[in-house]
Amino acid sequence: MTGKTLYDKLWESHVVREESDGTCLLYIDRHLMHEVTSPQAFEGLRLAGRKAWRATSIVANPDHNTPTNAWNEGIKDPISRLQVETLDANIKDFGALVYFPFKHANQGIIHVIGPENGTTLPGMTVVCGDSHTSTHGAFGALAQGIGTSEVEHVLATQVLVAKRSKRMLIKVEGKVGAGVTAKDIALAIIGRIGTAGGTGYAIEFGGSAIRDLSMEGRMTLCNMAIEGGARAGLVAPDERTFAYLKGRTHAPNGAQWNKAVAYWQTLTSDADAEFDCVIELDAAKVEPQVTWGTSPEQVLPIGAKVPNPANEKDVVKRGSIERALQYMGLKADTPIDQIKVDKVFIGSCTNSRIEDLRAAAGVTKGRQKATSVKQVLIVPGSGQVKRQAEAEGLDQVFIAAGFEWREPGCSMCLAMNADRLEPGERCASTSNRNFEGRQGAGGRTHLVSPQMAAAAAIAGHFVDIRSF
Amino acid sequence: MKPFTYLDGLVCPLDRANVDTDAIIPKQFLKSIKRSGFGPYLFDEWRYQDTGEPGMDCTHRPLKKDFVLNQTRYRGAQVLLARDNFGCGSSREHAPWAIEDYGFRVVIAPSFADIFFSNCYKNGILPIVASSEIVDQMFRECADKKGYQLRVDLETQTVRNPAGEWFTFDITPHRKHCLLNGLDEIGLTLQHAGDIKAFEKKHKAAQPWLFA
Ligand code: SF4
Repeated sequence: MTGKTLYDKLWESHVVREESDGTCLLYIDRHLMHEVTSPQAFEGLRLAGRKAWRATSIVANPDHNTPTNAWNEGIKDPISRLQVETLDANIKDFGALVYFPFKHANQGIIHVIGPENGTTLPGMTVVCGDSHTSTHGAFGALAQGIGTSEVEHVLATQVLVAKRSKRMLIKVEGKVGAGVTAKDIALAIIGRIGTAGGTGYAIEFGGSAIRDLSMEGRMTLCNMAIEGGARAGLVAPDERTFAYLKGRTHAPNGAQWNKAVAYWQTLTSDADAEFDCVIELDAAKVEPQVTWGTSPEQVLPIGAKVPNPANEKDVVKRGSIERALQYMGLKADTPIDQIKVDKVFIGSCTNSRIEDLRAAAGVTKGRQKATSVKQVLIVPGSGQVKRQAEAEGLDQVFIAAGFEWREPGCSMCLAMNADRLEPGERCASTSNRNFEGRQGAGGRTHLVSPQMAAAAAIAGHFVDIRSF
Repeated sequence: MKPFTYLDGLVCPLDRANVDTDAIIPKQFLKSIKRSGFGPYLFDEWRYQDTGEPGMDCTHRPLKKDFVLNQTRYRGAQVLLARDNFGCGSSREHAPWAIEDYGFRVVIAPSFADIFFSNCYKNGILPIVASSEIVDQMFRECADKKGYQLRVDLETQTVRNPAGEWFTFDITPHRKHCLLNGLDEIGLTLQHAGDIKAFEKKHKAAQPWLFA
């Protein structure tokens, strides 16, 4: 008998029942929630006269609609405000293990606060009405995004109706060069497999370069698994995982801690486990990445030139390059390091953790924002990240450089609050999606690492962080 | 979901083909955070002289008096009688939400748009396909007789008019089972509540920290 993958172990340890066609009821340990995808689910429960099956599985907080400045003025847009207040009311009625309302000292992006409070643990199943739930796979948890009707289903039953995914292993061996981050590894992988490459798969990231990543880095990587088409990304838990979790509010302690760690240590793919697909990457060859188009797979190393559609033989691909260049306002063959930016956004559930801010501050220290750059937003992922950064003086580094130090939230990742690009504006962004209009109608997004974003803010255009 | 067994329902005739989901519930109402409360805005543009906005109090809005929903003889109707291709357009579930919230439990038409048809079952509405002849006859009888009611019996899959004439309709056994018992997918899953509880107990014993 062959061994089991980490994914198989997580899946099998949560199957409540299985139908003959493979459809399972999968028990859910943690249900994360934000204000945008939950209201109709709660409404459904109410109409059916149902209760939450296990309210203590819920960790919730508003993040998409909350402003990142002038908190004393509240939420000005009445529709946004109502969504946030609705979450307040729903949690009050149905209960939760953790709830940080708007302006709470620990409020932040749900995918940042989950791990930070020890509510994401190895071996768990985690769901949220949000595709970037894949982030939590960094802890060796089976974490995936679900739709509003499934949110209601999990609320009412604590199980998800699901079928097993195929298993993909992406192995990154070796050491990355200086200035190359988890974000660059993630973008390089998506550039390689494409945005649909992981469709139908759960991806496990392995290899020495992945084990070398910090927990923040692993979260960045798993966060973007969904951009590669996979609902779930996974990294096997190890000593680094346990060190990160120890002492966190909702992590086990005392004898429970030891028992938990003993179990968590079994959560690795067996040496003889078989994957449906294996992809290998040489870490030493990964360079700092910049997306040039309107899909995360339209990505190139900083030293490259924007592609020329004339060189593409496939008509469909040629058409998509032409459309992307047109939307992005770019000429074919432009060197990427000559592309000027109007705004810079450092934040989002991809790159708003303390390590990301330290990296950005490291580049920024003693330097100034280019005068051609209109705005640089630094948006910490949570209240805890913000306080930590301030304790380390990172906020002062940013402010001295002419950047704006904001309150936590999703902010200009998707522009549901007031932070957004104007039509035609170009942004270096540490977020995860460069779709048309994502950061504001007509806005142009280039995805990069925090270091690369900070360097672009200072230089006014993209630069190779390795020689900056 | 409310179970559906049988109904003696007043019939409201909507004599138009190709009624689309935008007509059933205009797009401005999709901003809502709710899935209830759409009833007052059902067929909003046909029903009111002004333009509806989410959250508007409809009690004093100027009515288009000719529209069937505004005629007193059809007040309290639970059966909507319609024409071909009812519910075409987008897949918005707000359309069946609005129909159900208004008080309809049955829609009878010669044909339905596909997505709308299956969305009905998820929301406790019984859509019935009847032949054009039968639908024509019902429209005529409904116009002739105030208080025209139909008995719709899901168990026997029959619809009977006041004269005692009846016809049968088709429904898949699974959908029939769900509607009769008021089971949505959640309801079906909850039939295994015992399994879930048993699993939870075992899971908690093995990993108590997950339940802290
Ligand atoms: S930061 Fe962006 S991607 Fe992450 S949850 Fe918020 S809106 Fe979604």
